[in-house]
Amino acid sequence: MEDINRTIDAVWRIESAKLIAGLTRLTRDVGLAEDLAQDALVAALERWPETGIPDNPGAWLMATAKHRAIDHSRRGKMLDRTHQQLGAERDDEQDTPETALAESMDDEIGDDLLRLVFIVCHPVLPTESRVSLTLRLLGGLTTEEIARAFLVPVATIAQRIVRAKRTLAEARVPFEVPRGRELEARVSSVLQVIYLIFNEGYTATAGDDWIRPSLCEEAMRLGRVVGGLMPNESEVLGLVALMEIQASRLRARVGPAGEPILLLDQNRARWDHVLIQHALATLAQAERLGGSLGTYALQAEIAACHARARTPDDTDWARIAALYDALSQLSPSPVVELNRAVAVGMAFGPEAGLEIVDELRSEKALERYHLLPAVRGDLLAKLGRHGEAQAEFKRAASLTQNARERELLLERAAASGRPPDDGPAAA
Amino acid sequence: MRYLSVFRSPETGAYPSEQDIAAMGTLIEEMTNAGVLLATEGCQPSAKGFKVRRAGKTITVKDGPFTEAKEVIGGFAIFEVKSKEEAIEWTKRFLALVGDGESELRLISER
Repeated sequence: MEDINRTIDAVWRIESAKLIAGLTRLTRDVGLAEDLAQDALVAALERWPETGIPDNPGAWLMATAKHRAIDHSRRGKMLDRTHQQLGAERDDEQDTPETALAESMDDEIGDDLLRLVFIVCHPVLPTESRVSLTLRLLGGLTTEEIARAFLVPVATIAQRIVRAKRTLAEARVPFEVPRGRELEARVSSVLQVIYLIFNEGYTATAGDDWIRPSLCEEAMRLGRVVGGLMPNESEVLGLVALMEIQASRLRARVGPAGEPILLLDQNRARWDHVLIQHALATLAQAERLGGSLGTYALQAEIAACHARARTPDDTDWARIAALYDALSQLSPSPVVELNRAVAVGMAFGPEAGLEIVDELRSEKALERYHLLPAVRGDLLAKLGRHGEAQAEFKRAASLTQNARERELLLERAAASGRPPDDGPAAA
Repeated sequence: MRYLSVFRSPETGAYPSEQDIAAMGTLIEEMTNAGVLLATEGCQPSAKGFKVRRAGKTITVKDGPFTEAKEVIGGFAIFEVKSKEEAIEWTKRFLALVGDGESELRLISER
């Protein structure tokens, strides 16, 4: 059985972004474009329950919205004349005959969609507005759904969207794909928005509302859409692969009592291998583009090393260490360096890892970061320096905010006090 | 939500035309770029397939072609969608291209 309203929802989800993109080209105003698209949706909700769903619902919505756009442009022209009479200035390219306007909408839908992507993630908007606008105009989510996903009142999101549209109109943000040097920064703004949506869902899997974790799916979908629009941008493909591999572990990273399970302890059979296959294929596509990999693609490559390993022992730690090295050069950060230390320790022995960690001990940014002493404790324990290891685990336990993690660290501290092979603990 | 879609149709033995293959390629690209298609493959003739059945302690292997079946599996797809209706919508677009036959959609267990 098909429920007509839910079917219309589904059509809307599939068609709305393309519709809004085409209408933005026509009107040069995202806000107006969305209004026109919504009008077409309302018309569908009125008509389709009687007439049934048309064979090509996307075309129906587009045709209906076009009619409204033309009506609107006629009214706009009348206003224009009034403005001209009043001597008001207006630089405007909308003098094309209406029919030409309407026809032009059928071309280059993909290009229009890409232009829309760049508009909703435009740096003139605050990040939170970019996120809301992206989910609403590209994802086809309702204001209510976005509000629920971000645990904020509906009015807040509604206001954010209204303001964002006004800002875009006032700033006269052009409907175009940026070129040259600007392109890189703008692409990175788009990817940041998508990854932010993903992480919002990823860190919220404990929430009881289904829509929060589903933000991960939404972000992956948006990523794939942008990847389809920019198949030559390896960072877009890298981000898609990164999100997919991270999401592939969602089921395996929490135990029956809600406790976190670390990557190397996860049951790999519970990983989502359909997502992993899709991610590895996407990453291979990024590699085929050649050129040096960016930060998302490098992180995806690291995640892929784990995804490819059938058991933790199969992990190619030397490759992971080399990838962290590349990542560290591209965007140096103490946290990346700490991860590199772990990989180096696994690949080339605890001594080599400890050397890197020891250099990080003076790092201000890691002063209260529990993973620094936790990693150092682990390396020391492997070297048989149990007394020092115990002190580090205790320190790590005192720094973590997570109760379950504190428990684990204290267990390790206690275990360091009674090493199985070395007799009594060192002083 | 994730669906497995299995398509069944009468096995005619006729190869699809270049035009049909191109149209299907376009749809697959559209679905991939819309972010909903995670995997899809088409099957070779059932003559190259076989069925393995267990009944009690006996396992039997029966080679194709499956002449007794009115319809045979032609391919599968895995969709990631937000609703059942969205899966129906994409399936309609698929069926418009492949002709008569039936797609069986099954919700995939999440755990």
